[in-house]
Amino acid sequence: MRSRGTAMIADVDLVLDAAGALYWPDQHLLVLADLHLEKGSSYARRGTLLPPYDSAATLAGVRRLIAHYAPRLVIALGDSFHDIDGPDRLASADRRSLLDLQRGREWIWVTGNHDPHPVKGVGGTFAAFLAIGRLIFRHEPSSENAVASEGVLGEIAGHLHPVARIVSRGRGIRRRCFAGNVNRLVMPAFGAYAGGLNIRDAAFANLFDSLAFTAHLLGNERIYSFTAAHCRPD
Amino acid sequence: MSTAASELGKELPGTFCRWFASRSWMPRAHQLELLSKAKVGQSTLLIAPTGAGKTLAGFLPTLVELSGRIEPRSTLLRTGRLHTLYVSPLKALAVDVARNLELPVAEMGLPIRIETRTGDTPFSKRKRQRGDPPDILLTTPEQVALLLASADAPLLFGSLRRVVLDELHALVSSKRGDLLALGLARLFCIAPQLTTIGLSATVAEPDELRRFLVPQKAGQDSLADLVVAKGGAEPHVTMLDTREKLPWAGHTAHHALGEIYDLISRHKTTLVFVNTRSQAEMLFHNLWRINEDALAIALHHGSLDVAQRRKVEQAMALGRLRAVVCTSSLDLGVDWGDVDLVINVGAPKGSSRLLQRIGRANHRLDEPSRAVLVPANRFEVLECSAALDAVAEGAQDTPPVRTGALDVLAQHILGCACGEPFDADALYAEVTAAMPYRGLERGDFDAAVDFVASGGYALRGYERFAKIRQGKDGRWRVSNPRIAQQYRLNVGTIVEADMLKVRLVRARQSRHGYSGPIARGGRVLGEIEEAFIEGLVPGDTFVFSGEILRYEALVEEEVYVSRTSATDPKVPSYAGGKFPLSTYLAERVRGLLADPSAWTQLPDQVREWLEIQQLRSVIPDRRSLLVETFPRAAKYYLVCYPFEGRLAHQTLGMLLTRRLERARMRPLGFVANEYAVAVWGLADIGFRIERGEFSLDALFDPDMLGDDLEAWLAESTLMKRSFRTCAIIAGLIERRFPGQEKSRRQLTISTDLIYDVLRRHQPDHMLLRAARADAATGLLDIRRLSAMLSRVRGRIIHKALDQVSPLAVPVMLEIGREPVAGEATDVLLAEAAEALVKEATGDAISGNSDDRRRRSGA
Repeated sequence: MRSRGTAMIADVDLVLDAAGALYWPDQHLLVLADLHLEKGSSYARRGTLLPPYDSAATLAGVRRLIAHYAPRLVIALGDSFHDIDGPDRLASADRRSLLDLQRGREWIWVTGNHDPHPVKGVGGTFAAFLAIGRLIFRHEPSSENAVASEGVLGEIAGHLHPVARIVSRGRGIRRRCFAGNVNRLVMPAFGAYAGGLNIRDAAFANLFDSLAFTAHLLGNERIYSFTAAHCRPD
Repeated sequence: MSTAASELGKELPGTFCRWFASRSWMPRAHQLELLSKAKVGQSTLLIAPTGAGKTLAGFLPTLVELSGRIEPRSTLLRTGRLHTLYVSPLKALAVDVARNLELPVAEMGLPIRIETRTGDTPFSKRKRQRGDPPDILLTTPEQVALLLASADAPLLFGSLRRVVLDELHALVSSKRGDLLALGLARLFCIAPQLTTIGLSATVAEPDELRRFLVPQKAGQDSLADLVVAKGGAEPHVTMLDTREKLPWAGHTAHHALGEIYDLISRHKTTLVFVNTRSQAEMLFHNLWRINEDALAIALHHGSLDVAQRRKVEQAMALGRLRAVVCTSSLDLGVDWGDVDLVINVGAPKGSSRLLQRIGRANHRLDEPSRAVLVPANRFEVLECSAALDAVAEGAQDTPPVRTGALDVLAQHILGCACGEPFDADALYAEVTAAMPYRGLERGDFDAAVDFVASGGYALRGYERFAKIRQGKDGRWRVSNPRIAQQYRLNVGTIVEADMLKVRLVRARQSRHGYSGPIARGGRVLGEIEEAFIEGLVPGDTFVFSGEILRYEALVEEEVYVSRTSATDPKVPSYAGGKFPLSTYLAERVRGLLADPSAWTQLPDQVREWLEIQQLRSVIPDRRSLLVETFPRAAKYYLVCYPFEGRLAHQTLGMLLTRRLERARMRPLGFVANEYAVAVWGLADIGFRIERGEFSLDALFDPDMLGDDLEAWLAESTLMKRSFRTCAIIAGLIERRFPGQEKSRRQLTISTDLIYDVLRRHQPDHMLLRAARADAATGLLDIRRLSAMLSRVRGRIIHKALDQVSPLAVPVMLEIGREPVAGEATDVLLAEAAEALVKEATGDAISGNSDDRRRRSGA
């Protein structure tokens, strides 16, 4: 079995899966951020004919995780579709597979900047954000959570597509990662074609107010954790 | 002039005879021969050494034809008519040739208009050239493609009589050659009366170039005529017999620095060739350290700022320089200065390459070119020695002509659709007339058309976004003008590695914080590979632009560096060069090694080294592969000596490691150089082989090129790089242009991600096939590895030793100097994480030495 990383956000124990997903065992909750379904066909509209297999590839990844964790609740943390017409372009096989995945469990689409409105035909229920226990789930990380303090909920967000770069033996390794401290966690993008933003970008320093946060890099089999200061800019 | 030549001389009009006489020149035999071939409408390949008046030979037929033209130009609708198109691989060369051509034209008072067209030509002039073309247009393959991709191409090229292809030997070995071949096939269709002249240095297989110059027909071998100019005096080439101790490894030739300086000071003008930018930087820097006489020594390589390069070239042409340290950036091109010595530092790599470099010295045919080879280490002595023999025989080892690439074909197809609508059957016939594509299957052609149209995916659905569509007449045309515009921005086959500008700034104090702006300003020194910078930590020093610089930060697309007082750079960059040792020269090196009676020609220290090897281990014969195993510092080593060049060795090392892993030999890493591969691990491989528990024949079985290769390719960064190049050339994704921001990477699309998805869902997609074909001959050199594995089958000699053998010393020394070869995998992440834990828990207080040991794997 693959080994998993763990993180504690607002005193809640969470599992960081090397596939780029978050699992909350107590709640049987699986979280996926930035699926960017139909990004390929979105580019195709503008004349860049990318291989049209990205949605299938992304959904296959989700299927593996669901088979493994058998969650009761799945949260797609926004930017689940690359654009507002994405759901219409979804191939029928992919749509079937998406609806199959929702069978027997609750599925919540948190809206994002790429997909701001509820849409029909993709199942699930829609929400702008969601609070469960001591954690709040939203697409864009908020600035209020910058400083840990009593009574503030821990925050799980996406949007930024964090990646980190480690240099070892004269070689740079760039991987998607979770970026987090004790009260917030920014999840890696899950979509097959989703790009990444280096955690040494100013956006992260502003969010965490310093470099005092940890990057949990996605390895093939497990998570590798480094302090942000140890990671390198692009 | 010989009788034959004077016979031919009668064909030369009076104006020309008088002009030659006025300069006290005589037309050379090959110049006149080319003229008479042209008169009877024959396409011809001219093979001639530098300095043989090749360019004039190529243009003489055109000048003669145009001088005899009686056309009242003013009565024509189009004022100008294009007669001759000249194509060169370098735009600087096109500009230079135009200048050289103006002179005779002016002196003879010929009514001929000559113009150049390159990426630098102003838009207004380019536009004018379409409507009112000159008689002779000098340009590059990319510009030809652009000119063809427009509806007025038939009008522009309809009158074309001749295409002159310069430095053809250099053009045909790359994808630019494919693009040019396709353009040429198009031109033959537009202007059936067209003939060609190819100008080339001496090559191994002239017939391949002769085929390139004429349209090929199915089942027929069509060849252009061949004219070979008489060679000049034999070159005088020697190997530096150094008084110093020859290094075991490394590429700096630091030991010979004084001797190189001495040679420079005893000659008028010297060209010092090295194989890489960083070698050039190091040598230049070190020469200036001992330059007590302040000789004018300059530096020239492709990464320097263009303005800087032009300055060096001008100073050279004016005879102001005593020496230029340069890379292959000067292998081709502009004739300049009176060079009386060529020094080649490091491995010559190939006989033809060396001959061409030597030819840069002394352009007077009747005097021998002088050249000195300076090997940088012991193996390079063997290589230089083999090269000397090859040069004495005039042996050629230019690479064979390519099979046309599918990604270039896709680009061409889109270009065609941007011009007149095309019929697929007709275009297929046209394309297969181009030599590199004459074996192209119809299925592959159709796949390329399908790719251009809607991506070529098994899962249909992009038809509504198609770039080209078939009309009711069955012809294909672009679906909208934006596609044509996209094509024009992306034309060409040169995909640069990601380069970053190097900017000089003042040193900054703080080393922490995110990559925000620091003191800007300062001048740009040139460009450097992103891959090199990725391996640096702020504070590291390296040599660039002739000085030692300190790496400060990476800010957007720029590398900030500062001056430093350090005298030795901390980070040596890889210095072996990107061209692998040629197969031909490798064969000769193996022959030299296998024949102790030939060792007498080697320097004493090298001969002694080989004699000790003979004593301690084995000297393999020509065809066998020697594999040595020995323990060292708690690890077990396996070293083999295929002599197949670094690229093939990297691939071999990668595959051997995979297999050893599976055999539970617990390999830890490997390092490869031009001659050998060393793998190390925790299990005693030698012992297991001797006990018959492990078979080297099985380890080196060619079947490693099956599943093991496939499995590795799936992850390989080299393969991903090949794919990116193909994706850009074929037009799947657009080129990134300078100024386009990279910091918002989450918005851009990475070809690595596309590669992963495509490989899983449609492994036989045209682009993946194109990328694999590239990898086979390019970065992974699989073809060569495959030939080697077949050659040594059943001929593997195992020698179990107690300690490292003399032959193994050079490759062992490279461990730790170079990054350990391998992919950027989880192993490195795990190591980095572990190192961090150790640091934190105080395990690694012994610090540096421990770290170094781990790095070197010793």
